[in-house]
Amino acid sequence: MPYRLLRFGLSRKHPEARMFTHHDSMRTSYDVVIIGAGGHGLAAAYYLARDHGIRNVAVLEKGYLGGGNTGRNTTIIRSNYLTSEGVKFYDESLRLWQDLAVDFDLNLFYSKRGHYTLAHTDSAMRTMRWRAEVNKHYGVRSEAVDAAFVKQGIPTIDMSCGGHAPILGALFHEPGAIARHDAVAWGYGRGADRRGVEIHQQTEVTGIRVQGGRVVGVDTSRGSIATPKVLCAVAGFTPRILDMVDLHTPIYVHPLQAMVSEPVKPWLDPIIVSGSLHVYVSQTARGELVMGASLDPYELHSTRPTLDFVEGLTSHMLDMFPFLSEVKVNRQWAGLADMTPDFAPIMGVTPVEGFFLDAGWGTWGFKATPVCGKTMSHTVATGRNHPLIEGFTFKRFADYRLTGEKGAASVGH
Amino acid sequence: MKVMVCPLNGPRPVSEFAYGGEIRTSPNPDTCSDAEWSAYVFNRSGSPGAKYEWWCHIASGFWFAVLRDTTRDVVVATYPAEAVRCGLTPLPAGGASA
Ligand SMILES: Cc1cc2nc3c(=O)[nH]c(=O)nc-3n(C[C@H](O)[C@H](O)[C@H](O)COP(=O)(O)OP(=O)(O)OC[C@H]3O[C@@H](n4cnc5c(N)ncnc54)[C@H](O)[C@@H]3O)c2cc1C
Repeated sequence: MPYRLLRFGLSRKHPEARMFTHHDSMRTSYDVVIIGAGGHGLAAAYYLARDHGIRNVAVLEKGYLGGGNTGRNTTIIRSNYLTSEGVKFYDESLRLWQDLAVDFDLNLFYSKRGHYTLAHTDSAMRTMRWRAEVNKHYGVRSEAVDAAFVKQGIPTIDMSCGGHAPILGALFHEPGAIARHDAVAWGYGRGADRRGVEIHQQTEVTGIRVQGGRVVGVDTSRGSIATPKVLCAVAGFTPRILDMVDLHTPIYVHPLQAMVSEPVKPWLDPIIVSGSLHVYVSQTARGELVMGASLDPYELHSTRPTLDFVEGLTSHMLDMFPFLSEVKVNRQWAGLADMTPDFAPIMGVTPVEGFFLDAGWGTWGFKATPVCGKTMSHTVATGRNHPLIEGFTFKRFADYRLTGEKGAASVGH
Repeated sequence: MKVMVCPLNGPRPVSEFAYGGEIRTSPNPDTCSDAEWSAYVFNRSGSPGAKYEWWCHIASGFWFAVLRDTTRDVVVATYPAEAVRCGLTPLPAGGASA
């Protein structure tokens, strides 16, 4: 190591400011405590400080910032959902994404690619037409397209998919994009930090104190703090936090895996999803293919990936792109997906006063990071659900009013 | 978990089995309240722990009960379906993370 670099490393006077302030200790009380420094928790902290002037906020993270599903996802951003609640909500998120990099003064590598959801059967084609019509009704750019259009957009694809799943057409969603997930967490984190929010990593919430039906504080691995408001944004850990306040939800947890190839020359511009083949794939700016499939088949709270997953996914990748047979898989990993029966999230106020929930984000919540921050900060600040999350309330199950989003969210993310 | 011991077919690769969800008892639909019924229909015990579950050996169509630790993916025991009717040993409250 060159001497100057060593001296620089040991010096306390780094010219570069650190991304975040390090706090040696926590205060005894905060106006709001946010559990989970993933994209969702940090975005809520950012908008609480920026738009609502609430700055006495702590974000508590048991591991490291962005180390949960935010840092494990395949970063597909789209708004071509099926229900009116979903389309309006995700479309608002897509709008917020557009000037986020400027807001943060940080490159998010937001890259608009176009998004194909392939249809291999007549019934899939019907769903694509249905989605296209709902999307267009709300001003979202989506089209049901035929096989010739697909071939033109993705010239290298084997249209017969190995002979057993011929492509009949697709739902083409022009605004579909990918972005750099870590940068999203860092951007929101730095923005919140600069406005006075405290981020405490390596700090696990172990209990929530409730008196007379309202939140009064939280217990952590580094001591107790008083607070009247807690926002829970912990994805796959949600049921464990809900046990602390004795709330019951339909959320169940299955692992979701993904993998990435060695970098290759850029050849795949759009994002491609096939529900029948259980594949979705995009190519990053670095040339790696980022690939994922459907949920693991049973409940598990462990992030150990499996060989079954790689075998299944690579065989379906080769159905579409046989010439990739020489390309190596570099890494694979898993995250814990907090699933709901209607494939819609659970957001907003709960029966415990001062306890707010942003959960049930399963396999599809990265794209919603900005709009979740916006709507949850409003909900926490005012104590009332933001109008955009009315279809996603905690009490919709007791009311038998589900928001059926499965047709658009199951493999597509 | 790579191999599961089926009470009918003995040890088989786990890819031969399908998961059928946690074993739960239904409240009486004629007498329970709407809230009790919706809680039964929708809510799940989402936290990790040892749980009784339904599994099916697909090739033989055989359903049976499994006690599995959902933190480490370890099967503690398997039982024929009759054991469910006769009553499984209740787990400690909160589910023991074995
Ligand atoms: C493999 C995979 C692929 C995906 N692909 C996509 C995609 O293409 N597009 C898309 O839109 N979505 C996708 N998703 C979903 C998306 O990643 C998530 O919905 C989203 O990132 C959730 O963000 P979050 O901030 O709510 O949770 P997370 O990023 O998981 O953050 C929660 C944080 O809470 C912390 N925590 C938990 N318990 C405690 C505690 N007791 N005390 C303190 N901290 C705690 C955790 O350590 C974690 O850092 C994918 C998910 C996975 C796993």
